[in-house]
Amino acid sequence: MKEKDTDIIEQLDNSEYKYGFTSEIETEYIRRGLDEGVVRLISQKKGEPEWLLELRLKAFRHWQTMPMPTWAHLNIPEIDFQDIIYYAAPKKQQPKSGTIDDIDPELKRTFDKLGIPLEEQLALSGVAVDAVMDSTSVKTTFKEVLAEKGIIFCSMSEAVRDYPELVRKYLGSVVSYADNFYSALNTAVFSDGSFCYIPKGVRCPMELSTYFRINAAGTGQFERTLIVADEGAYVSYLEGCTAPRRDENQLHAAVVEIVVLRDAEVKYSTVQNWYPGDKEGKGGIYNFVTKRGVCHENARLSWTQVETGSAITWKYPSCVLMGDNSVGEFYSVAMTNNFQQADTGTKMIHIGRNTRSRIVSKGISAGRSENSYRGMVKVAKGADNARNYSQCDSLLIGDKCGAHTFPVIDSLNASAVLEHEATTSKISEEQLFYCNQRGLSTEDAVGLIVNGYAKEVLNKLPMEFAVEAQKLLAISLEGSVG
Amino acid sequence: MLKVTNLHASVGEKEILRGINLEVKAGEVHAIMGPNGSGKSTLASVLAGNEKFTVTAGEVTFEGKNLLEMSIEDRARMGLFLGFQYPVEIPGVTMANFMKMAVAEQRKFRGEEPLSTSEFLRLMREKSAVVELDSKLTSRAVNEGFSGGEKKKNEIFQMAMLDPKLAILDETDSGLDIDALRIVATGVTKLHTSENATVVITHYQRLLDYIVPDYVHVLYKGRIIHSGDKSLALKLEKEGYDWLINDHKE
Repeated sequence: MKEKDTDIIEQLDNSEYKYGFTSEIETEYIRRGLDEGVVRLISQKKGEPEWLLELRLKAFRHWQTMPMPTWAHLNIPEIDFQDIIYYAAPKKQQPKSGTIDDIDPELKRTFDKLGIPLEEQLALSGVAVDAVMDSTSVKTTFKEVLAEKGIIFCSMSEAVRDYPELVRKYLGSVVSYADNFYSALNTAVFSDGSFCYIPKGVRCPMELSTYFRINAAGTGQFERTLIVADEGAYVSYLEGCTAPRRDENQLHAAVVEIVVLRDAEVKYSTVQNWYPGDKEGKGGIYNFVTKRGVCHENARLSWTQVETGSAITWKYPSCVLMGDNSVGEFYSVAMTNNFQQADTGTKMIHIGRNTRSRIVSKGISAGRSENSYRGMVKVAKGADNARNYSQCDSLLIGDKCGAHTFPVIDSLNASAVLEHEATTSKISEEQLFYCNQRGLSTEDAVGLIVNGYAKEVLNKLPMEFAVEAQKLLAISLEGSVG
Repeated sequence: MLKVTNLHASVGEKEILRGINLEVKAGEVHAIMGPNGSGKSTLASVLAGNEKFTVTAGEVTFEGKNLLEMSIEDRARMGLFLGFQYPVEIPGVTMANFMKMAVAEQRKFRGEEPLSTSEFLRLMREKSAVVELDSKLTSRAVNEGFSGGEKKKNEIFQMAMLDPKLAILDETDSGLDIDALRIVATGVTKLHTSENATVVITHYQRLLDYIVPDYVHVLYKGRIIHSGDKSLALKLEKEGYDWLINDHKE
């Protein structure tokens, strides 16, 4: 059976990244490197108001004083922040209220290849899409339909221009620029991203989705997403990411802020499939992301993530349960293969009374990868009757990978009830033999077992995404599909 | 259908099968009995292709093909079915999904079109009736939380779904109460035709009251030391194995 294990590992190693193509799109770059001049240039390119430039500069100055964090269970090669181009945008932008015909055909082909239909008639699937290529938002669909309900869904640049008071009120209110090294960097140089506002009492009738694509070489991507669900509102938001196959490492440092006001609910789902590097560990995206939401009274925020991409993932979508009776959830599948490294998890910060949180984390490690769960459950003094349930499972495939868990519980209130369960398992030879004996190939069996293992999390995704994610898990493992 | 000639197999350094000869023809039912540790389950595993065991000598042909050269899954797709003594659990994977993949693989192997969802569901309903399997079980994860009896019924349900040419049932009767035994055994009998063959591995003659064997073989220390008809099982039940194995003690 040893041989079989080796076989599986070989099959895993052969996995192909099907989004690795590059598009020939005329791109506008600014000069390489980062200084105040570059920050000013980005702000100027975007025609930003003074207050935003000030914020960027404050963040940049603060960033310069900060060391790169090293506490994660990651082996991060030195990153030369002066060797990165901080702004790249596809040229030939469509007019502001443009139709699909105004988009560069090559750009459109790119998104078609990715399976992101920008054509509104194709979007009958009922998903409104904002597509972000390199540094700028390319096209937001369904804007008019949403506008009827008062829902704002647009690129961050448009939001800054058209809804400055909303952006100014909430930008940086959840993740301050001083929060950490990457949030400071992001605040200084973020180029675009998505903005979403759901007015009071409105239930968003369709899934909102942002699709991020890094195309240009030598660039970093720093997008900024802000979602505000006003009192009693509801929205389900999806985020997908891919990048071309390149030998160099590319930096992605995003910030996502979510404000969930009283009685509102936000579901945020991510399928992160940035280029993970090749099987020798060459290339791939460095993914350093800060995601956090604040829940007011009776509000609910649910994070669901399927992480299969990136050479390095550093990401902890968190919930600040500020209001009484608010609920935070985190469902995660993180899969690493070859030389990928992931250090991901969540923080649940209970401040209000009767706040509840639930964490379900499923790690899958294959190849020579390292996969860590890092979680913190914090209960503040006043958080009477706070409850948390955490479950973190690890699945190992092969014997050269690692799985680690770093759970931290910090409770200052004696009435809190906190539960934590953890398991580590391997795909057993008996399971594989059983599947083989029913006619399934070992590849299919591994895919099936992994999907079964991750099911509890996959079930939390919206239907179309769940199917995609299942395929993605199988592909990332099997390598049969190029 | 199946011809086993001088089959030797080991696990590590230890030789477990030491020259098995067995021929099974279409329409036949064979029972393999023998004391604990004689190699019965190993024989079943080796025929199915379990890589825990190394075949050191001998030949096996199945439907005229060299079985030992085939992968586990191709043996299965060709129509060799193993009913497990200890069916494994696969958390999160529903029986329906599992069977859908298994049936699809088999059909692909035979060059047949995949079944439509409604055809597949109809097939599942029809076949779960063979072993009176609660239809709710098919929406549960493979063997997860199944009782001992449900697991064994589930094996025969899978056999019904896959309609094998040769079914090898490894102690399918162990751990069953009287009612479950009757249901499982009757199920196997219903599936038996003149086109297929069944090999049952068992300790107890009571199973053979339902599944009437054409041949009964006694396996001891990796060899078939005696073969007979159904009456042999009755005699073994009454007298044990001593009268047979005395001659073979080393």
